[in-house]
Amino acid sequence: MKTIRYIIQKEFKQIFRNKGMLPIIFVLPLLQLIILSNAATFEVKNIKFAFIDNDHSASSRALIDKFEASTYFDVLTVFPSETQASSAMLKGEVDVFLEIPSHFERDLQKNKTTSLGVTINAIDGAAAGVENVYVTQIVQSYNKQIKTDLMQVSDAQIQPVTITSIPLFWYNETLNYKTFMVPGILVLLVTMITLFLSGMNIVREKEIGTLEQINVTPIKKSQFIIGKLFPFWVIGMGLLTIGLIIAKLIFNVPMIGDLLLMYFYTSIYILVILGMGLFISNFTDTQQQAMFIAWFFTVIFILMSGLFTPIESMPGWAQTLTEFNPIKYFVEVMRMVMLKGSGFVDILPQLVKTLVYAIIMNGLAVWSYKKTT
Amino acid sequence: MKRFVGFIKKEFYHIFRDTRSLFILFGMPIVQILLFGFAITNEINNVDIAILDHSKDATTKEIINKISASKYFSIKQILERETDIEAVFKKGKVKAVLNFETDFGKNLIKDHQATVQIITDATDPNTANTISNYINSILQNYQQEQNKAIHIDYVIVPEPRMVYNPELKSVYMFVPGVMTIILMLVSAMMTSISITREKELGTMEILLVSPIKPFQVIIGKVFPYIFLSVINAVVIVLLSIFIFKMPVQGSLFLLALESVLFIISALALGILISTISATQQTAMMISLMGLMLPVILLSGFIFPISSMPLPLQVLSNIIPAKWFIIILKGIMLKGVGLEFIWKETLILLGMTILFIGLSVKKYKIRLE
Repeated sequence: MKTIRYIIQKEFKQIFRNKGMLPIIFVLPLLQLIILSNAATFEVKNIKFAFIDNDHSASSRALIDKFEASTYFDVLTVFPSETQASSAMLKGEVDVFLEIPSHFERDLQKNKTTSLGVTINAIDGAAAGVENVYVTQIVQSYNKQIKTDLMQVSDAQIQPVTITSIPLFWYNETLNYKTFMVPGILVLLVTMITLFLSGMNIVREKEIGTLEQINVTPIKKSQFIIGKLFPFWVIGMGLLTIGLIIAKLIFNVPMIGDLLLMYFYTSIYILVILGMGLFISNFTDTQQQAMFIAWFFTVIFILMSGLFTPIESMPGWAQTLTEFNPIKYFVEVMRMVMLKGSGFVDILPQLVKTLVYAIIMNGLAVWSYKKTT
Repeated sequence: MKRFVGFIKKEFYHIFRDTRSLFILFGMPIVQILLFGFAITNEINNVDIAILDHSKDATTKEIINKISASKYFSIKQILERETDIEAVFKKGKVKAVLNFETDFGKNLIKDHQATVQIITDATDPNTANTISNYINSILQNYQQEQNKAIHIDYVIVPEPRMVYNPELKSVYMFVPGVMTIILMLVSAMMTSISITREKELGTMEILLVSPIKPFQVIIGKVFPYIFLSVINAVVIVLLSIFIFKMPVQGSLFLLALESVLFIISALALGILISTISATQQTAMMISLMGLMLPVILLSGFIFPISSMPLPLQVLSNIIPAKWFIIILKGIMLKGVGLEFIWKETLILLGMTILFIGLSVKKYKIRLE
């Protein structure tokens, strides 16, 4: 016990002695949490919108006015021809443009129908889909308006059936992205800091030769590993705490569930990451190698965690792979407990999987650490 | 010159001797681009939903069949009570619940009007919104079919044309982003580590007292990595063309030049990091912690920059990756030439020069 305490003391000293590292461990992640959480939004706003009006009629102007009034579209310019509009789109100056055909008004009055060209830059397919929905909505509401304006008495018709659908957004009525992203980004930052620090730790001692000195002492394998893990575990929990305070104070993220449950889960989760870090550390010869591997897994874990893109949309084999992604579980639990108030029973599957993961990773870490070189 | 060549040779030896790093260096990007190219998508597919049908008549049955027939949804559960909704959401099993009112079918025939609630788990606002829209459009379609007999007058029919990506594939969006992230992080990390490593191991002193000039040391350090990164870039481009069927509408030559420019700017950033950090640990933490999330989030790789709050839109301008993604999409998908992307190219060039200038200024030729 005393031995472990000394190792822990040594580790803490080493961490706090390195003045260059302290801001990276404590300030950088929190700064990123505050700034980057604002960036993560899939909302489609400020759409750069242009139009070509070949008709110059009252109807075409009324349609444009509708777009002008919409908050989604920033109406930019009128283009005299399609080629000019296309070229502006190539430059990235325009996202969507309308082409109102000549005889727009005449066709509408005479034939009761007319077409409208809509060109959308679809490189971001998801955004293009949303933009299309917005355009359709505006045109539909315009349709309704002219229907009442132009309808003649003879047009009186049978009443059509309507299905009214009422969308209800539970747990986040205003569709606020920050309540969704802040817990997720906090998870990433806690994971990255603990993984990188623990991943570099033992291999650093190897590289500068101090590991041999420790190896010749009577310190046991498990004591050494525990001593190495504990400081990072404390740092991880500390980061989580500060992050949660920021989430509450700055972003006003709801915390419906039990915070104790949150901490209980996190305390196990960090063990998985630390075990992973030490395992990497044991298997590599240089810090460079260790970091490459840690980086490789982090990028995969982040992008396949369901944090930014939904897991359900991935192909089956990829969904199976995400079962091995600890970040996925942490993100799920964090969101479930904080936003939905899920209880112990609800998160039990994630908790059990994380626990098993922790036992395996740390078992491997202890096993792969050799006291001989 | 001969000395310099010798120095570069030494650097290559260093790199090739460490086969494990080399393996990671080339294997990683391939695995990542394959994995992400296939797996990352923000399309909605096979979302699990539940049904709470208070009416249980022919109409609701028909609608439910329509929904389960679409590729977007699979019906996972049939609920019986309103209180069950909360429970399934808390377990995280389904993303949406469709709640039909009692006598849905009867109301539709009698009053020409019926109501259904689309309840979504909006902890993920984006998915919730999309699901809600999709279900709504299925309902609208059904409604239109029922109304077929009635002729509706005065309509403007929008004819949408999706340019550059007619099938709305999300691969087109993500492959350039993944390529950028890999090149950026690998390049910045490699150089920053290789220079601080010499500092930490004490071999930097030897280089400093040698007749090689400081800028030669830096160029010699960077040169092998330019070479390696270019190979990485080529592999990634080949994979995206042949596996993901990404088009390259524009000139391949221009694409190559721009990639080299971007690689050099990332390497220069790596040098800058190495000049301000004393240990490998610091260098790596800066290049990983400092670069990873900003590059993923602020480059327009996943999230559209134009939707961000204004201060962040301004901030995104200092991320080199943002400009490279614009260039990549321009060349590959839009097929534009330099006349359309000269501004982005100049910005990248300016950043590179700035990084190099700063590092030369910060590079200490004396030990403390």
